[in-house]
Amino acid sequence: MEAKGKIVWVSGPAVKADGMSSVKMYETVEVGSTKLIGEVIRLAGDIAFIQVYESTSGLRPGEPVRGTGQPLSVLLGPGVIGKIYDGIQRPLDEIAQKSGSFIGRGVATTPVDMKKKYKFSPAVKVGDEIVGGSVLGFVEETPLLTHSILAPPDHPRGKIIDAAKENTYEIGQVVATTENNGNRLELKMFHKWPVRKPRPYAERFDPSVPLITGQRIIDTYFPIAKGGTGAIPGGFGTGKTVTLHQIAKWADSKVVVYIGCGERGNEMTEVLVEFPHLIDPRSGRPLMERTVLVANTSNMPVAAREASIYTGVTIAEYYRDMGFDVVLVADSTSRWAEALREMSGRLEEMPAEEGYPSYLASRLAEFYERAGRVRALGSPERSGSVTIVGAVSPSGADFTEPVTTHTIRFIKTFWALDTRLAYSRHYPSINWMQSYSGYLEDVSKWWKQNVNAEWYGLRAESYNILQREDTLKEIVRLLGPEALPDEEKLVLEVARMIKIGILQQNSFDKVDTYCSPQKQLKQVRLMVQFYKNSQKALRDGVSLVDIRAMPIITSLLKAKFEVTDEEVSKLDTMEQEMNDQFSKLGQREEVKVLV
Amino acid sequence: MSETAAGIEYTKVAEIKGPLMIIDGITRASFDELVEIETPNKERRLGRVLEVGFGKAVVQVFEGTTGLAITGTKAKFLGKTMQLPVSQELLGRVFDGLGRPNDGLPVPVADKFLDVSGEPMNPERREYPTSFIQTGVSVIDGMLTLVRGQKLPIFSGSGMPHNILAAQIARQAAVVGTKEDFAVVFAAIGVQYSDAQYFKRSLEESGALRRSVLFLNLADDPAIERIITPRVALTVAEYLAFELGMHVLAILTDMTNYAEALREISAAREEVPGRKGYPGYLYTDLANNYERAGRVKGKNGSVTQVPILSMPADDITHPIPDLTGYITEGQIVLGRDLFRKGIYPPVNVLMSLSRLMKDGVGEGKTREDHMEVGNQLYDAYSRAQEVRALAEIVGKAGLTGVDLKYLDAGDMFEDHFLRQGNDENRTLEETLGRAWEVLSTLPEGELTKIKDKNLRQHYKGSK
Ligand SMILES: Nc1ncnc2c1ncn2[C@@H]1O[C@H](COP(=O)(O)OP(=O)(O)O)[C@@H](O)[C@H]1O
Ligand SMILES: [Mg+2]
Repeated sequence: MEAKGKIVWVSGPAVKADGMSSVKMYETVEVGSTKLIGEVIRLAGDIAFIQVYESTSGLRPGEPVRGTGQPLSVLLGPGVIGKIYDGIQRPLDEIAQKSGSFIGRGVATTPVDMKKKYKFSPAVKVGDEIVGGSVLGFVEETPLLTHSILAPPDHPRGKIIDAAKENTYEIGQVVATTENNGNRLELKMFHKWPVRKPRPYAERFDPSVPLITGQRIIDTYFPIAKGGTGAIPGGFGTGKTVTLHQIAKWADSKVVVYIGCGERGNEMTEVLVEFPHLIDPRSGRPLMERTVLVANTSNMPVAAREASIYTGVTIAEYYRDMGFDVVLVADSTSRWAEALREMSGRLEEMPAEEGYPSYLASRLAEFYERAGRVRALGSPERSGSVTIVGAVSPSGADFTEPVTTHTIRFIKTFWALDTRLAYSRHYPSINWMQSYSGYLEDVSKWWKQNVNAEWYGLRAESYNILQREDTLKEIVRLLGPEALPDEEKLVLEVARMIKIGILQQNSFDKVDTYCSPQKQLKQVRLMVQFYKNSQKALRDGVSLVDIRAMPIITSLLKAKFEVTDEEVSKLDTMEQEMNDQFSKLGQREEVKVLV
Repeated sequence: MSETAAGIEYTKVAEIKGPLMIIDGITRASFDELVEIETPNKERRLGRVLEVGFGKAVVQVFEGTTGLAITGTKAKFLGKTMQLPVSQELLGRVFDGLGRPNDGLPVPVADKFLDVSGEPMNPERREYPTSFIQTGVSVIDGMLTLVRGQKLPIFSGSGMPHNILAAQIARQAAVVGTKEDFAVVFAAIGVQYSDAQYFKRSLEESGALRRSVLFLNLADDPAIERIITPRVALTVAEYLAFELGMHVLAILTDMTNYAEALREISAAREEVPGRKGYPGYLYTDLANNYERAGRVKGKNGSVTQVPILSMPADDITHPIPDLTGYITEGQIVLGRDLFRKGIYPPVNVLMSLSRLMKDGVGEGKTREDHMEVGNQLYDAYSRAQEVRALAEIVGKAGLTGVDLKYLDAGDMFEDHFLRQGNDENRTLEETLGRAWEVLSTLPEGELTKIKDKNLRQHYKGSK
């Protein structure tokens, strides 16, 4: 029986209702006569504490509250890709059709178009036995994505007693009927799943394949693996959003879930405007055909912001269960944490650090724990992954604040954005001394097999130059560069070249925005080669001034945007050219010595 | 809110604390409802319901609670949220911080009544901002481009010329190639009379007052009213933009006073504070104001916001500038050093940013080399600053030849590019010309952010 109660108290997004003894935790409820959507987040006697996903302006004590008997769930089936949803899976385009340019309240919507017809090809036949998670058939969701219709993960083992033929159907069509001990169950082309409950899987693997993002500092220096976790904390304007956009654009995953959580409306619009025109370099199709957006901007109701993270990750897990690699980016997890804090504050819970609730850490852990590379339930055998990357917005860019410090405990790749680098327009402003990747060893095998065995060594050699520069910088700050011997000045010079030529990458340059693994490797090799050549030249008596004046340097620095991925062999020519210039320098020295 | 028993008067004031009044024995009141309060000596004030339970409501009183008493104070729940009458007649008028006429003229005839809190713009219906606004200020046009529909605040400090700069922008702002003038919505939030007056005069002299609407909450006006001032101003801005199709420039000064009013209410409610005593929802609350900027698909107008805030103790990590920077599309930061050096506008470019510049400039919009030039100027000035710091320690003798060039470029940047008159209106061509003159003092090989093709066309220096 569904609970029926009455509002007794309203304060912003928090509402208390009495007469709610039969309601369950996390059940969704309809609040007030306008039937605003809410969720039960605490129970005490017959009082339910409810967070309301829409503006509560005008709500008053005495208005009715009704339980729905259902936990907050998402609808999973064809039609989700390409959509932009709010935090509780309401399509923003449908809301716009019903309430105009500004988001109204109490707008009833359906997550996907129930009338759209898809061509269904069955994967099971009468007599087959299936379990939860089994593939029942396929539809072309977008030209980029063949969608597997799955039995819900909690579906009991059963025999197919009826199966739909190959044909076009609406997604409400029953495509299979199973029987178990006389119980018959009908399976449609979609099912629902509660967002706060991780979708189960058969087995978990260690991540070992890198997620290639085309961003040099990520792929080469601080890689993230498919199924891994990463965080990108940084003060405002340091490049969190741009980096997440870059990952969403260029990562070699099958599906991208982009959660805009408490951030700008225009940034979501930017994705909506850009992605349909951007072409996936691997498939040649528009990126929107693999992207789902969940948008709860900073001015949208704060409770729905809390839910948006779960809505997004449940969608990601669903595509993972089809056997796809999925990337989920969340911008920004700090705003989600603030939503938690706000609800917790309204409920007068005992705060921990900076007013955040004491369960902040466990909520963060649960979220990142939903990343992973897994074998899916049911047949046929398939494995997929969810990679999670979260932006963190520390107040005052101070990494010791609670959201940052807790997040660090649960992620393996850390891209630390640095305000000073941003001020000097070094983008992406990822600090190479503070950042780290826990997947380095795991992914080196992939590089060896797919790009070049030199990767690991070249990465280490070039990184070593950066590390030395970092120590020398201190001396320079105190004594000036002239105090250093030439060999050390050379380190500074090459470090500068690596910073400009490799670490800095302009997202808004047509060429530089994406750099293939092959090009990355060759660029790094050029720099290391340049360093070695210069060391030798110095030993042979060539002056540093002459080395600094070599014309090849500008070419090395501009190769990132002057040489496209297709012309990557030009970098080999450049290497030849560099070697020639060095041998000429050497010859001049010999001449001098003779004279 | 159809069912409220509007009009019932309540007299059971249970408690008055700070800006809040707690009323008992209420049968019907709703969250966010507008309340009219009558003091014992028949003065009327406005308030708003912050929290409501059975029989009890917490009301925030905009004009403050001074003079209210437990007995003799009456409260009337008006059965609606706070709404503002709007119409074209608002143009050229001056109002107080709650939107009531302040210029001796009658209340304008309303075309509509709009809820001052507004509703969130649907991101799916936003039009992405891309039209370059020429402000005539080199540092903004060249490196921190403003586009129509952007929200770009000025972070300032006490005594610095943020008002002069904002007024200059308001006078000079133009979208190149169009004849459409900006309408200006100006909200003074707890600023001094002379500051508000300066603005008004500046709009008057340029003839822009006719297309302006002013909302004034001055330093000696009630502090809690400041919660509403930006909201009424932005409600009018949205109306002019999206109902009347105008391009609106909204200037809100000083948002620090706004945040302080918010803190006062939060403290009175005994809420668990976030940083520095500001409420945990400060971010969301600020965002509800700042996000009211932009463009809407299928509509002509736009709201461009230039909020101004003073950084307490010039500290950019203070919660107010910090959270603002997280929400707005960049920031123009004024620097104390440059100000002391007598440079106007004293924009600390390295700390400043326009996130939408990339979308408003380039081939077909301004000039092909615009973005690259801007990036290279940043790079050069940042190097120059490093070299300056180094020269302080090791002296010029310890510097290499290239470093010395950067020193010169830095000086030239400040004197030739950044510095300009507060009524000097430079064209974009002139701004970019000056930029190239600065860059041409550096060896060509240093200009690593510029494509060879653009270098060949514009670089005037030597190798
Ligand atoms: N990789 C990049 N290439 C070019 N510009 C960048 C890059 N990363 C950041 N930026 C610049 O920095 C600005 C702020 O970046 P953004 O990602 O919006 O910051 P955050 O999300 O951390 O506040 C952008 O508008 C852009 O101008
Ligand atoms: Mg961001």
